[in-house]
Amino acid sequence: MNVIKGRLFHMLVPAISVLLGLLIGGIIMLVSDYDPIKAYSALIEGIFGNGYNMGETIRAASPLILSGLAVAFAFRTGLFNIGVEGQLLVGWLASVYVGINFDLPKIIHLPLAVIAGALAGAIWGVLPGILKARFKVHEVITTIMMNYIALYVTNAIIRAYMLAPGERTKDIKESASLASPWLQQLTDFSRLHYGIVVAIIGALIMWFVLWKTTTGYELRAVGFNQHASQYAGISVSKNIILAMAISGAFAGAAGTMEGLGTYQYMTINNAFTGVGFDGIAVSLLGANGSVGIIVAALLFGGLKIGALTMQSTAGVPTELIGIVIALIIFFVASSYLIRWLTNRFTKGGKL
Amino acid sequence: MDFFDILALIVPAAIVSAAPLILTALGGVFSERSGVVNIGLEGLMMFGAFLGAIFTHYGEQWGLGAASPWMSFAVAIVGGALFAVPHAVASISLKADQVVSGVALNFLAAGLSIFLTKKLFDAGQTPDIQERIGKGDIPVLSKIPVIGDLFFSNAYSTSFVAIFLAFVVWYIIYKTPFGLRLRSVGEHPMAADTMGINVNKTRYISVIIGGAFAGLGGAIYVASIAGNFTQSTISGQGFMALAAMIFGKWHPLGAMGAALFFGLAQSLSITGEQIPLLKDIPDVYLLIAPYVLTILALAGFVGRADAPKASGQPYEKGKR
Repeated sequence: MNVIKGRLFHMLVPAISVLLGLLIGGIIMLVSDYDPIKAYSALIEGIFGNGYNMGETIRAASPLILSGLAVAFAFRTGLFNIGVEGQLLVGWLASVYVGINFDLPKIIHLPLAVIAGALAGAIWGVLPGILKARFKVHEVITTIMMNYIALYVTNAIIRAYMLAPGERTKDIKESASLASPWLQQLTDFSRLHYGIVVAIIGALIMWFVLWKTTTGYELRAVGFNQHASQYAGISVSKNIILAMAISGAFAGAAGTMEGLGTYQYMTINNAFTGVGFDGIAVSLLGANGSVGIIVAALLFGGLKIGALTMQSTAGVPTELIGIVIALIIFFVASSYLIRWLTNRFTKGGKL
Repeated sequence: MDFFDILALIVPAAIVSAAPLILTALGGVFSERSGVVNIGLEGLMMFGAFLGAIFTHYGEQWGLGAASPWMSFAVAIVGGALFAVPHAVASISLKADQVVSGVALNFLAAGLSIFLTKKLFDAGQTPDIQERIGKGDIPVLSKIPVIGDLFFSNAYSTSFVAIFLAFVVWYIIYKTPFGLRLRSVGEHPMAADTMGINVNKTRYISVIIGGAFAGLGGAIYVASIAGNFTQSTISGQGFMALAAMIFGKWHPLGAMGAALFFGLAQSLSITGEQIPLLKDIPDVYLLIAPYVLTILALAGFVGRADAPKASGQPYEKGKR
């Protein structure tokens, strides 16, 4: 029997995956004539070295937490939302639109802009949900298609209606901004903003909805076994649509992090931001739980920010971190391998 | 501008844009018909494009001249096949979620190809290749009135290779014993296993052949359309090929037809400027057309499309 199982195993898989990912990343560096020790010390320096780097790490983690929550929430209902990237883009645009075009006191304007972003994401996410519930269309393909539609449509809307010099929209009004002079000052003037608070509230909401409400129970039941849920009188279609809406709302809120926090405007994007796809990695590594997702998002945020220092001091291209993240996903997805390895190691027996 | 002038403008452009999509979609057909979902087509295509760009460049330096792109195609076929191995191992032997594994493959391709580009050339892009696949008239066929001008003049030979291969793949999948085995492990692996077919081996072969096709698709994209490799060379073409495969109902010729149609949509957004009727339609509608159509096709508005039954599920012996 399995020696290592249950909770411990659930924590072991991500930890071993990260270590294996970094290890192979190190081997790739060795093979291609970089110094892994120098590179990884630069990476750590780039994450924890000073207030600025730490601020930037947390800033980068904020949208990652929300996009991770989006993937995880859908996953709990047995759905795979690859459309976080598209939902993020429409959320970004909606929040910036509200941020630019309304004149309201901050206490109303800011929440309104955040809600607008979440709502736009929800609408973008619910379409694949409806198609799945009504026509049995696989959500993986529709959400991928919706990503591209979002990319082209948001760009077209900015070009047609909101263009400012520099291939972007105007800046949002102060009253809709998540920026925080206090947090910036605290972190040697990084771009850290109140988005991290929004992200943590998001994680709390997900935990509460999933584990403390009847709706959450139904959502999880559908995720475990659709047929049993149907038999127990739970409407599977309703829950699929609801899960995609909530998932999309998280993704849209991730877009507001960029729009109202980091950039204060929206650019015309020639390619995807990648934050939505990273959400898949975050959610996997965080085992689809609120706490795990926050930790995983901080890790990936740190890797991304640290990679910049790694490039400037050790000369290793930032793409290496992309490779490491890809490897981590492979290992987490193939947890069968790690289970087999750990069993081998601890017992010398077979699975 | 009369009707034939418009056709003469659009049709060749569509066939050129379609060639990489056709090949990549055929790769998808191989993989998914055997029951392995392949979201990683984009990554496979990207890796093929990377290999295509660097080996055409080196071929030029080694004095291979016009043969350089063809050498790069051979490398991309092998490279694509090898690059599909992690996906095959993860999704077949390690029973990973195939969608997740495919996503990881896309990440890996993006990271690895740009990392190596920077390592090799100290820049974010490969040098422009000189020896592109040339346009030319196909002998005999280009002499046919009307059709010859439209389809066979000023055409890229690679486009015809792609179309020809679609028929080859159709023959392999529907007319050979290997094709029968391939389809059976994708529809009902347990029944296939009972009949003595090695499910995992068949799936490995299919995924790896799929990788070879997608790699070739990427290399042809570089040699005929892009001219070099950068971060944004392959941005969505792999997913569009995936869409073409679904739109074509997992059938090689259907996938080819859909890829040609998507190629048309792509070429319209490029040549649209010159066509009176299309000039006034904003670009965005042409850009999103393939994706919207795929969603409509999947929703059953353009005829029902059913995936191979076992697609997405790892096979475990003895599990019912």
